[in-house]
Formats: sequence, C-alpha cells, structure tokens
Amino acid sequence: MEMEYATILLLLAGVFGLFMAWGIGANDVANAMATSVGSGALTIKKAIIIAAIFEFAGAFLAGGQVTRTIRKGIIDANLLAGTPELLVFGMLASLLAAGTWLLIASHRGWPVSTTHSIVGAIVGFAMVGIGMDAVHWGKVQSIVASWVVSPVIAGSLAFGLFMSVQKLVLGTDKPFENAKRYVPGYIFLVGFIISLVTLLKGLKHLGFHLTSFQAVIFSVLAGIVVMAIGTYFVRKVEIDPEADRDFHFANVEKVFAILMVFTACAMAFAHGSNDVANAIGPVAAIVSIINSGGEISQQSPLPSWVLLLGAVGIVLGLAMLGRKVIATVGKNITELTPSRGFCCELAAATTVVIASATGIPVSTTHTLVGAVLGVGIARGIGALDLAVVRNIFLSWIVTLPVGAFLSVVFFYVLKFIFS
Amino acid sequence: MASSYLTGIFGSSPIAPLQKHMEKVHACVEQLIPYTEAVLARDFIAQERHYENIAKLEREADEIKNKLRMQIPNRLFMAIPRGDLLDVLRIQDKIAGKAKDIAGLMLGRKMQIPEVITDDFLLFVKRNIDCCTQACTAINELDELVETGFVKAVTDLVETMVQKIDDIEHDTDQMQIKIRAELFNIEKDLNPVDVMFLYKIIDLTGDLADGAERVGNRLQLMLGQ
Repeated sequence: MEMEYATILLLLAGVFGLFMAWGIGANDVANAMATSVGSGALTIKKAIIIAAIFEFAGAFLAGGQVTRTIRKGIIDANLLAGTPELLVFGMLASLLAAGTWLLIASHRGWPVSTTHSIVGAIVGFAMVGIGMDAVHWGKVQSIVASWVVSPVIAGSLAFGLFMSVQKLVLGTDKPFENAKRYVPGYIFLVGFIISLVTLLKGLKHLGFHLTSFQAVIFSVLAGIVVMAIGTYFVRKVEIDPEADRDFHFANVEKVFAILMVFTACAMAFAHGSNDVANAIGPVAAIVSIINSGGEISQQSPLPSWVLLLGAVGIVLGLAMLGRKVIATVGKNITELTPSRGFCCELAAATTVVIASATGIPVSTTHTLVGAVLGVGIARGIGALDLAVVRNIFLSWIVTLPVGAFLSVVFFYVLKFIFS
Repeated sequence: MASSYLTGIFGSSPIAPLQKHMEKVHACVEQLIPYTEAVLARDFIAQERHYENIAKLEREADEIKNKLRMQIPNRLFMAIPRGDLLDVLRIQDKIAGKAKDIAGLMLGRKMQIPEVITDDFLLFVKRNIDCCTQACTAINELDELVETGFVKAVTDLVETMVQKIDDIEHDTDQMQIKIRAELFNIEKDLNPVDVMFLYKIIDLTGDLADGAERVGNRLQLMLGQ
C-alpha cells in the first residue's frame, strides 16, 4: 500500500519523539539526579554532565529491549496489516499525548511517570481507535504487575543495603576507617551490577553476543576498573576535625559522597536504558512502517539514529529545563545524606536496569520512591511525608486515563487531517 | 514553575528542633544557679534580673515546642514514633516550667534560706541541674541515633547515659532527704508559713531531676523499638 504523506509523517515522528524525549529529560532525569544533588555529593553542573553522558550511554547501549516492547509488544500489529497508517497515527498521537501530559504535570509540580503516560496512551488509542483485540492484554498485565513489584524490590534492596552499611560502617567503633575500607567495595558493586545486567541482555542490538560467562568476566573487570577510580578519590578524603565537632559522622558522609557520584552515574544509565524507549519506541514503530512502505513487520531492527534522537532529546531537555528542577530539589533535601542516598540510588538503579534487560518499562519515579521507603523503614530517615508518597503512588490513576484520553483525541485529529 | 515530587517526600526531621528545645530548657534551668546565689546573697536586684532571664528562656523554649508540634502532622512517618516524640517534648517543657515556678515563688515570697541549709541547698540545686545536663547530653545523641539507624553501638552508649541520669537523680534524692531532715530540726524556730514554702521549694527543685529522669526513660523507650 502506498504511504501518502510519508515524509511529513516521518518528520512529525521525529519532532514528537524529540518533544517527548525533551520532556523526559526535563522532568524525569532531574528527579533521578536530584538525590545526588540534594545530598551534597554533586553540584548541579556536575549532575547535568554526568546525566548527559550516562543517560546517553544507557539509552544507546541498553535501551533496546524496552524500546522493542513499547514498539511492538503492546499492540498486536497484525490486526493493522491492511491499514498500517492507523498504527502511524496512533503512535504519533501517543507521543503527543504523553508529551503534552508531561508538560502539564511538570508545570503544576504533579508527580508524573513518563512510562505510565506512554503506555496509557498507546493502550488508549489501540483500544478505542482499533479495537479491544488490538492490545496484547497479557503483556499489559505483566507490565502493570511490574509497576507494583519494582518499588517493592527496590525497597527491599535499599533496606538490605542500608543494613549492610549499618553493620559494616555506621555501627562500628571506627566508622571513618571502615568507611574508607568498605566504600570501594560498594563502588565495585555499582560497576559490576550495571555491567552485568547490561552485558547479559542489553547489547544484542549492537551486534554483541556474549555468553553468560563472558558477561560475568567483563563485569568483574568493569567493576574493578570503577573501583580503582573510586579508591583513588576515597584515599584522598581526610578527616576534618572541625566537621566532626557538630556531627560525628560528617567525615564518614564525605566518604560516602564519593560513592554517590558513582551511583548517580548508575542511576542516569538505568534511567536512560528504561525511559528512552518511552520517546523512541513509538518513533521506531513509525519509522519501520514508513521505511517498509506500509508493511508491518515484527522483525525489523531498530535503526541507530532513532536511539540517537532519543538520547540527544533527553540531554537537551535536561540541560535546558532540568536545571531548575534539580536546583529546587537540591535546596530541600537535606535529610538524605550520602549514606542513605547511595542505598536508594543503587537499589533503584539495579531494579530499573534489570527491568530494562528483561524489556519491561517501569516507572523510575516509583522505583526510587520505593527505595526511599525501604531506607525509611530501616529507621534511616528522620521523617517521610506519607501523604506525598501516597500521591505519587496513586498518580497512575490519573495518568493512565488522561494519557489514553489525550491519545484517542489526537488519534482522531490526525486521522482526520491525513485521510 | 519547576518543582519535584522529591521535595515533598522528606518531611522536616523533628530531631534537630527537639535537640534545640532541650538545649533551651537546659539553658533556662542553668540560670537557677546564679539565681539561687543571688537569693543566698540577699541581692534582690540580681535575683529579679535572673528571674527575667529564666522567664525569657522558658518562653523561647515554648516557641520551639509549638513550632515543632506544628511540623509533625499525623501523615509523617518518622524514625522515632510520634507519641514518644511528643511525650519527650512535653516532659522537657515541664522542666523549664518548673524552673520558672521555683524562681517565681522564691521571688514572690522574698524567700530567705536558713543559714543551716544554705550550703546544702545550693549543692542540691546544682546537682539537680547536673541531672538536667546529663539528660541534655543524652538527647543530643538523637541525631547520631538516626544517622546510624539505631545501631547497637549507639543505643548502648545512650543506655549508659540514661543510667547516669538515674544515678544523679538518686544522688539528688539523698540530698533532698538530708535537707529536709536539717529543716525538720529547726522548723519550730521558724515562721510556719515560711517553713511550708521552704519544703515546697525543696520539693519543686527535686522535681527538676525527676523530670530529667523521665526524659531518660522516654529515650530508652525510643531505643527499644
């Protein structure tokens, strides 16, 4: 079937995709990096640079699986074999809907999950614009289940990590010396876990095929390299007796602050790997249809420039608008000292990276909040506002229908314009 | 315009204000030493001055208390249970109130302490304040408790501190018995109304250490969670 308006639609796909990626960068990434800035481990400028590098890396190296799910896992494309343009309109509508909702909610300061937005939008247009059968309800079910499970896993991991920090460092006679001894170990863990999960599953689209054994070896090596870099900085931390006067653990926290730089990288990488798909999954679907002249194939590979588009969009959004968000947060989170912040970030990053590797889109927002709750339950945080937590966890009740509604509206508008 | 959900998640930790409150209470109570010395020296002008200080510090402690109560609504999930927190705050507040009552009473009645018990009385006042000082030290460990997540090393340390509070309070009990005995020996030679108020002042002063001991007890409860 001849695709009319092919160029325009491609252009629109690029623009809307960039718009969505930009929104993700401005909103989500800023929140992901906020814990590192708030705890004092990073300045805003350093946070943006780290985020830029590692979001890009995460998106490019490990974003393939989730992109595939968003692109073809949710909708049964076979039903559209006769009318491929509907899929194009739908994906465009989803991008526009999710991006618009992101803009509105960010402006109002409401918690919004980009993942929920795009999934809600896609399911919305598929249900209404095509038919109930168009949706792979089994897949949707497992995705929704993961939205419940991921904060729980992150919370448990954070709890466990904090307990280990208590046992190894905080509860000992010489917390500063022990911090210097064990923090490199934690740094190794950061490098190892991120590498392992990524190598085991994520690099197939770049043509790398590794056996599990090779993945483990490379991960250990990566962990050691990262640990070496970290140890260099840890060695340089000296005890400042003045700092200890008010608060005996001030110097210990300085050591953990170095660890938080690495977990910030991990957090950015994980976020990039999972959320870039929210912007470019739909774009990839549109591109593959247009490029194949209207054929809907389940097999077409992901073009690299699409991933690039997403990664660049995220970085742009972060640099342009994310600064303000990070600045706001940085002023207000004084309770999250590095020893806690690292537990939250490593737990959240691990959970998200695992989800990315298995192709499941999760909400980094919810995962991070789950991790924070985990540390709170371990009595590691002075006070948590449960009303805010509840609002965040319930935000999907609004996001899913709004995303679906907007998506349906835009779908019919596009259908009208281009038919 | 730009804001983040993360800003709202962390409520203001009540630990710092609680510690500040105790320090204010302690400063208030400490003023009783120069106050008592002024009483013993029959220096009414100095006595009034010190009373004003005590009253001012008690008011400031009150403000901190009210502010803290406002900032821990029910929806906060805290490392320290809300009930225990509010209890400690209330007990601390009562200590400052008691100091003000003591000073006010002695001032209002232009009280004079009999020669026989002046030395012991001053020591008694000082020992009660030692008890409050120790309670203040223990409360100041709260931020370390939260930092370590109530790890055994620190909870043990705090337990030792609380034990010391109890020891000092026991001291004050002994001193109180001694002073009352001394007063009993000479009470027939004194104006009966004055004697009754003297006994009352001794009791009120002893209540300072009692309050400190109760602070220690609450702190122990917090550890046990």
